[in-house]
Amino acid sequence: MIKLTHVSKQYPRKGLALDDVSFEVGKGEFVFLTGHSGSGKSTTMRLIHMAEQPTSGEVRVTGYSSAAVSDRDIWKVRRRVGYVFQDFRLLPGRSALDNVAFALEVTGSPPKEIVPRAQRLLTQVGLLPRAGADVSDLSGGEQQRVAIARALANDPYLLLADEPTGNLDERATRGIMDLFWEINAKGMAVLMATHDLELVRSFSQAAVIELDQGKLVYDSRKG
Amino acid sequence: MYAVREGFAAFRRAPVLTGLSSAMVGLALFVVGLFGLAAYNLQLALTAIEERVEVVLYLRDDTRQSEIDLAVEELGGLAEVQGVRYISKRDALAQAREQLPEFGELFSEGSVNPLPQSLEVELRPGAHTSEAVRRVVETGTIYPFVEDIQYGQDWVDKLFVIRRIGAVSAAIMGGAFALVAALIIGTALRIAIFARREEIYVMRLVGATNWFIRRPFLLEGALAGMLGGLLAWLLTYLAYRAVYTWLFAIAWIPIAWVGIGLASGTLFGAVASGLSIRRHLREV
Ligand SMILES: Nc1ncnc2c1ncn2[C@@H]1O[C@H](COP(=O)(O)OP(=O)(O)OP(=O)(O)O)[C@@H](O)[C@H]1O
Ligand SMILES: [Mg+2]
Repeated sequence: MIKLTHVSKQYPRKGLALDDVSFEVGKGEFVFLTGHSGSGKSTTMRLIHMAEQPTSGEVRVTGYSSAAVSDRDIWKVRRRVGYVFQDFRLLPGRSALDNVAFALEVTGSPPKEIVPRAQRLLTQVGLLPRAGADVSDLSGGEQQRVAIARALANDPYLLLADEPTGNLDERATRGIMDLFWEINAKGMAVLMATHDLELVRSFSQAAVIELDQGKLVYDSRKG
Repeated sequence: MYAVREGFAAFRRAPVLTGLSSAMVGLALFVVGLFGLAAYNLQLALTAIEERVEVVLYLRDDTRQSEIDLAVEELGGLAEVQGVRYISKRDALAQAREQLPEFGELFSEGSVNPLPQSLEVELRPGAHTSEAVRRVVETGTIYPFVEDIQYGQDWVDKLFVIRRIGAVSAAIMGGAFALVAALIIGTALRIAIFARREEIYVMRLVGATNWFIRRPFLLEGALAGMLGGLLAWLLTYLAYRAVYTWLFAIAWIPIAWVGIGLASGTLFGAVASGLSIRRHLREV
């Protein structure tokens, strides 16, 4: 479903952020992407979301190739790949429900289905009781759940999560991780970037990919 | 729905700038509207004059009747000519007396009649073109007994020149206003995009189409353009009323022209925002 082949990414006036990286994520897989700060995890995520183009190599996502996709078609990739940011990127001043509904509205959901569907998504992430609250008033863990609900809005095949537990305490982290497992159990692939090795170890069922200074140094599926 | 709501929201968010865009589009179209008003009335006047265009051949006093008869027959044979009327010196004097009573006292019966005899050539309806006039004039100049030829062509030519000058100045002034309008629309758009950059970011993130993201801004531009068109309509109408009331009776332009003006204002607004939207969206 995702396939990176010999992907390198060079930023202007920087060394290689990614250096000849190749890996795959299959249907329904749960994969951790680990590595030190600055090892290229977020860069990898952005390339998969086609927010950026690789300097060389090819990124394939659900049938679209980074080499061939045009700016006009990127929205098709975005609807198949949900993205949860570390800093959430919610719209402040709007309620949790509005934030989820916004994603449905701007991607052309039938108006009558928007609110019921947004409510169902908030139920799924366990946040329905707080649906009417301004997202700025929510806790970090709650905001994370809104961001996840929004990422799930278009029934993606794959969920990208960049350090989703980075700012959360232990209890909130466990709650969020349980949620990801639940989502994954329903058949959605998950690629989660994290430098929390403790977390990675506690989910031994998941595959692990490790980056170091832009190079892929470990892939648990290849030993 | 989203596009309509957001397109209108721009007016609330930056009313001064959006208003300024509209005003500039309005001024540009007002210049064009004034020209249209003038051109339309000039056209009406031209048509009226052209309808009346006659070629008059003034004959020497010593022209023989047989020569006159021949000329009447030849000119009457031209395809463009409806009829030829012979006006004798006596007829001319009678006409002059009728039109200018003082004239009659000056030249009583029996004194020397200074007015020449003439042939009035009437053109067929629809043949009031300069080519037709030229053909008649060319035929007329052949006769040695024709002293002078008069026709309305001078007037017609002058009016055409006036109209061309009007068109060029309207194009230049209208173009200048349109350019300023486009720049202001671009700036208004930039502000609107900046105000909504977070939303635009999220829209892209969750997979809204480019068209969906652009639509509110195009609509905003079209709306500003349409308001400009309405403003131009109002201004032109006021100008028309002013001329009509204080100067002279003129006709209001055909309603279809008003429609075209409104449509081009709207289109202009949409195109102007369409041109700058891509660049500004990239900055988000
Ligand atoms: N837009 C950019 N312009 C220039 N350099 C960049 C840009 N984005 C990332 N980099 C560089 O690329 C390298 C990889 O960055 P990246 O954000 O992918 O690391 P990361 O693994 O996500 O780190 P962290 O754990 O701190 O989030 C870093 O050295 C970073 O400075
Ligand atoms: Mg990162």
